[in-house]
Amino acid sequence: MSKTLFDKIWDAHVVSQAEGGIDVLYIDRHFIHEVTSPQAFDGLRQRSIPVFRPGQTVATADHNVPTRNQHLPISEALSRFQVQKLSENCAEFGLELYGLGHPYQGIVHVIGPELGITRPGMTIVCGDSHTSTHGAFGCIAFGIGTSQVEQVLATQCLLQKKPKRMRITVDGELQPGVLSKDIILYIISKLTASGGTGHFVEYAGSAIRALSMEARMTICNMSIEMGARGGLIAPDETAFAYIRGREFAPQGEAFDKAVEYWRSLYSDEGALFDTEYHFRAEDIEPMVTYGTNPGMGIGISQAIPLAPESGSAQTFEKSLAYMGLRPGEHLAGKTVNYVFIGSCTNSRIEDLRIVAGYVRGRKKADNVHAMIVPGSRQVAAQAKAEGLDAIFREAGFDFREPGCSACLGMNEDKIPQGEYCVSTSNRNFEGRQGPGARTILASPLMAAATAIAGRIVDVRESLNGPINN
Amino acid sequence: MEKFQTLISTAVPLPIEDVDTDQIIPARFLKATTREGFGENLFRDWRFGPDGAPRAEFVLNNPLYSGSILVAGRNFGCGSSREHAAWSITDYGFRVVVSSFFADIFRGNALNNGLLPVQVSDVFLHAIFSEIETNPRASFKADLEAQSFTIVSTGQAEHFDIDPYKRMCLLNGYDDIDFLLSMKDEIAAFEAERSRKAGFVHTL
Ligand code: SF4
Repeated sequence: MSKTLFDKIWDAHVVSQAEGGIDVLYIDRHFIHEVTSPQAFDGLRQRSIPVFRPGQTVATADHNVPTRNQHLPISEALSRFQVQKLSENCAEFGLELYGLGHPYQGIVHVIGPELGITRPGMTIVCGDSHTSTHGAFGCIAFGIGTSQVEQVLATQCLLQKKPKRMRITVDGELQPGVLSKDIILYIISKLTASGGTGHFVEYAGSAIRALSMEARMTICNMSIEMGARGGLIAPDETAFAYIRGREFAPQGEAFDKAVEYWRSLYSDEGALFDTEYHFRAEDIEPMVTYGTNPGMGIGISQAIPLAPESGSAQTFEKSLAYMGLRPGEHLAGKTVNYVFIGSCTNSRIEDLRIVAGYVRGRKKADNVHAMIVPGSRQVAAQAKAEGLDAIFREAGFDFREPGCSACLGMNEDKIPQGEYCVSTSNRNFEGRQGPGARTILASPLMAAATAIAGRIVDVRESLNGPINN
Repeated sequence: MEKFQTLISTAVPLPIEDVDTDQIIPARFLKATTREGFGENLFRDWRFGPDGAPRAEFVLNNPLYSGSILVAGRNFGCGSSREHAAWSITDYGFRVVVSSFFADIFRGNALNNGLLPVQVSDVFLHAIFSEIETNPRASFKADLEAQSFTIVSTGQAEHFDIDPYKRMCLLNGYDDIDFLLSMKDEIAAFEAERSRKAGFVHTL
């Protein structure tokens, strides 16, 4: 029988079926960070049980960490305590920790792939909704709550009901200056912030196939923003080439054997999906969001709709009032004083190269504070090795140390009350980047162009060469 | 986990759609390392101004409304996986959240914390909101055994779906982890069988 990629992986991980069609699902890889794990460890202590498979959990500190002077103790007391607690818990339960100062430290969804820990065919979870990122490698990866973090630590399993399958096919060729971030913002604007709920999404089509691994991660990362549990892409030569030689990837003969298996991971011809969507890459322009959820997005040439395309007028008005925007208004031309380039959506080396390629030889506008936060220490080191840091400095950008930073403002990197921020992160919720902050989601290229112009512009008008990912 | 069977209570209306977890509990309050005390900061930035003064217009600050049922617009709980959202709602005193649509992770987190998510039709949700608007002291009944939610004054009721396994857990106060721990031998056997078949795939 024809099977979807999702079913192939899921079915291979079912330990047994419990009552009511709920599966005991085996989890290959578990990532943890400081924010959603402490209560799970407390649970283990209360039950006096160990971590069942310590080798399959990897920890890092990312959400709370400062992005300056990481060699010094964290000055904010509660953050310091939480990060400290993670170190203590990892030591007590025998878990690998890439904490502050470790060369592998970084945002949890950036380090898994770059270390070769994330691989095709796996089930991967983390107490973090953007775990969907890892699906770019052709694995089932999804976010869980802290009670489930405890369950995985205790048993390496979760009780899960199999979600429905959705396929989103994007065919065709992207216009220059349109990145994978624009593809996913476009898809979410069409499906709305709840359009994927109850589903696991497979992204397919020639436009997806043509993307680099890093660009694919950006797409899978934001699957959760349309409510989907996760997203995945069938692994191919691009994926195998990315994984080859990475720190924890299988090496030599083991790698070849793995590839043999990975090649079987695709949706069979005729496999059935519960829901299907088709889009054309040529229809996608650089995207910006105007509201307070990632579904409220438009192409840069378009105006904010006059009335909500879905949902109630009350919610739409509340959202625009928060953003200080009016129905029918264009975002192009709007003055913006803050630009944030970072987060698990767009903080990988390729994102930094794209930004550097655009800002090289240019200077940021005087009104703008432009912050670039690499996704990991490895990304930061690579950027320095390639001289990108110098390009950023000359352009007047503030190049920081790795972490989640202004994506969620848990550390001191916050956007002030009432200010607009063009951000490469994934959520434009009220207050996400600080109380009263107004987030406009966009691609790294659009963010870079905003920083240079001091206002929102259509990056296609100022490209200095064909830029794609 | 606390058992849930039946609850009769007044309700607090929050007729806003796409209420995300960053509104339920903003990230800056996620620094605690225990499960207690999050109720204090539930809907923090809607409830309090930047100076910490309560915003009179927000429903939790309106003495007309109280009770252990929260009624919200569709797609409640979208956004992050933070279980802190469920903890803050229960810590504040709610036992039931009613909406016409719930985000997946939030629904799971609620069920793991004895908080009952009741998904009703848009029409019935509307009827509930009108009932509260006409009479803020109106009572509602959530009956998990019967899987029904009732507007007490009119007797109008709607059936709601819940996973049979999750329903059993909630009725009895069982946690998933107890079940999983009882499966350890089977889990180990699964691992052994799998590594015999394809050891290379899963070595770190
Ligand atoms: S970068 Fe943002 S979205 Fe990604 S894990 Fe960190 S806080 Fe979450």
